[in-house]
Amino acid sequence: MKSGSKLEKILEAGHFAFTGELGPPRSASIEAIRTKAGHLKGVVDSVNITDNQTAVVRMSSWAASLLALEAGLEPNYQMVCRDRNRLAMQSDILGAYAMGIRNMLCLSGDHQQFGDHPQCKGVFDIDSMQLIQAVKNMRDNAAFINGQEMDEPPRMFIGAAANPFAEPFEWRVYRLAKKINAGADFIQTQCIYNMAKMREWIKRARDMGLTEKVYILAGITPMKSLGMARYMKSKVPGMDVPDEIINRLKGVEKKQQGKEGIAIACEQIQEFKEMEGVAGVHLMAIEWEHRVPEIAEQAGMLPRPEV
Amino acid sequence: MIVAKRKPFEEIKDLIQGYKNVLVVGCGTCVAVCLAGGAKEVSVLAAELRLNQKSEPDPAQFGEATVQRQCDREFLSELDDLVGEYDALLSMACGAGIQFLAERFPDTPVFPAVDTSFIGVNQDVGWYEERCKACGSCVLGMTAGICPVTMCAKSLFNGPCGGTNEGSCEIHPDQPCAWHLIYERLARQGRLDKIMEICPANDWRNQKPQTLIQPSYEERYEATK
Repeated sequence: MKSGSKLEKILEAGHFAFTGELGPPRSASIEAIRTKAGHLKGVVDSVNITDNQTAVVRMSSWAASLLALEAGLEPNYQMVCRDRNRLAMQSDILGAYAMGIRNMLCLSGDHQQFGDHPQCKGVFDIDSMQLIQAVKNMRDNAAFINGQEMDEPPRMFIGAAANPFAEPFEWRVYRLAKKINAGADFIQTQCIYNMAKMREWIKRARDMGLTEKVYILAGITPMKSLGMARYMKSKVPGMDVPDEIINRLKGVEKKQQGKEGIAIACEQIQEFKEMEGVAGVHLMAIEWEHRVPEIAEQAGMLPRPEV
Repeated sequence: MIVAKRKPFEEIKDLIQGYKNVLVVGCGTCVAVCLAGGAKEVSVLAAELRLNQKSEPDPAQFGEATVQRQCDREFLSELDDLVGEYDALLSMACGAGIQFLAERFPDTPVFPAVDTSFIGVNQDVGWYEERCKACGSCVLGMTAGICPVTMCAKSLFNGPCGGTNEGSCEIHPDQPCAWHLIYERLARQGRLDKIMEICPANDWRNQKPQTLIQPSYEERYEATK
């Protein structure tokens, strides 16, 4: 075991993993986290705690991770390269581990221009690839980025993101390979709607032997409405929403669109359970945490295995 | 070259408010080429300032002077006999030139009339694009001559990120994704192996004020250290 986290144990045991997401509040509210955590407890194996998601100031991801831990969830602590330099990142990793955090997701981060402080200076001292490498180097070699050693290393289960849809498509599997070489233990993908392209990407990953080296969790975000689907299709960079999804939502009454979105998500989960090379799903029910239990139920993900 | 943009007139006016005799100082090199602070721009700004003062009972006076380079003592010395006649200097040079001017004439207030923008190239007349952040450790050899520090909005060394959008950067459809371009050019040259390896964390050598002495001059300046 690299970290001994629950997520690692579940994946090691060959179970189909199920992870969720919890966005910290734009306030100091502990209650907001406890409420969301209540919906997710016992339903998912681990919960991603986002780090100033979409470049909007929120409660720090390590603090919210600790609150999630207290609430009985296993956090997957997200860290972006946008807001801190290598000193701050490494010190936060040490602190997070010391406080019981065992999973980390290493990301570049959305550009600050999209957030609520668009004038701010983006740090990007290191990039996501270098961050993955740094966390691995800390864990396996007890060394900092500068090569200096530490006596007690943070043993994190290291996650990274992948977008199977962004251009150039041919390069995507190679970049995945780079992330694995950098030290990623598991991958959580961008939200998937284009299943055909996903099948092609995972096939290429399999052909290169990558799915033997890393656990890939397919990203799923249920559409809440037709409006959301249209927004995702036209406004969110790197997102691939086929017309087929739009048309399915269009085909039902407005009140039923959320239900239809969940139905689509559940069908995807079914397919991923069968897809060779996919080790689990990562459900990003954005501000829809309370619907996660019914999605999990409907997708046949319950009960979660005990490890 | 260094590219600059003239500040809005209102801002310049506020900066020099209260000074009665102001010398507008241009620079004949980078800022002249990018049409921000050469002799021509000096005369335009001085004319605007005079016009603005026309209706005042006691209008301020504006002189004009342009030196070849404000970042060079040899040229700044041309102003030595002139500056004494003025109570303020309004420089149209880049940030480096403005500071060197202020250093040479420490008793006279110096104000900037331009915002220094970037190190860039001339795409066409009046159209400039940034190309270098002067990070101090150049990776252009690995990236097919396209700077990821400058051209990627996140300065990624192992891109492209998931936000790349059909060849564009997520920050704007008109902004090409640097890593998409890097990939395409390396593929064309059969050199994709250059970016298969993980590029290590950068050595940001631009994090403190820097001095550079070319090796052949080291001996000459040894004594002054």
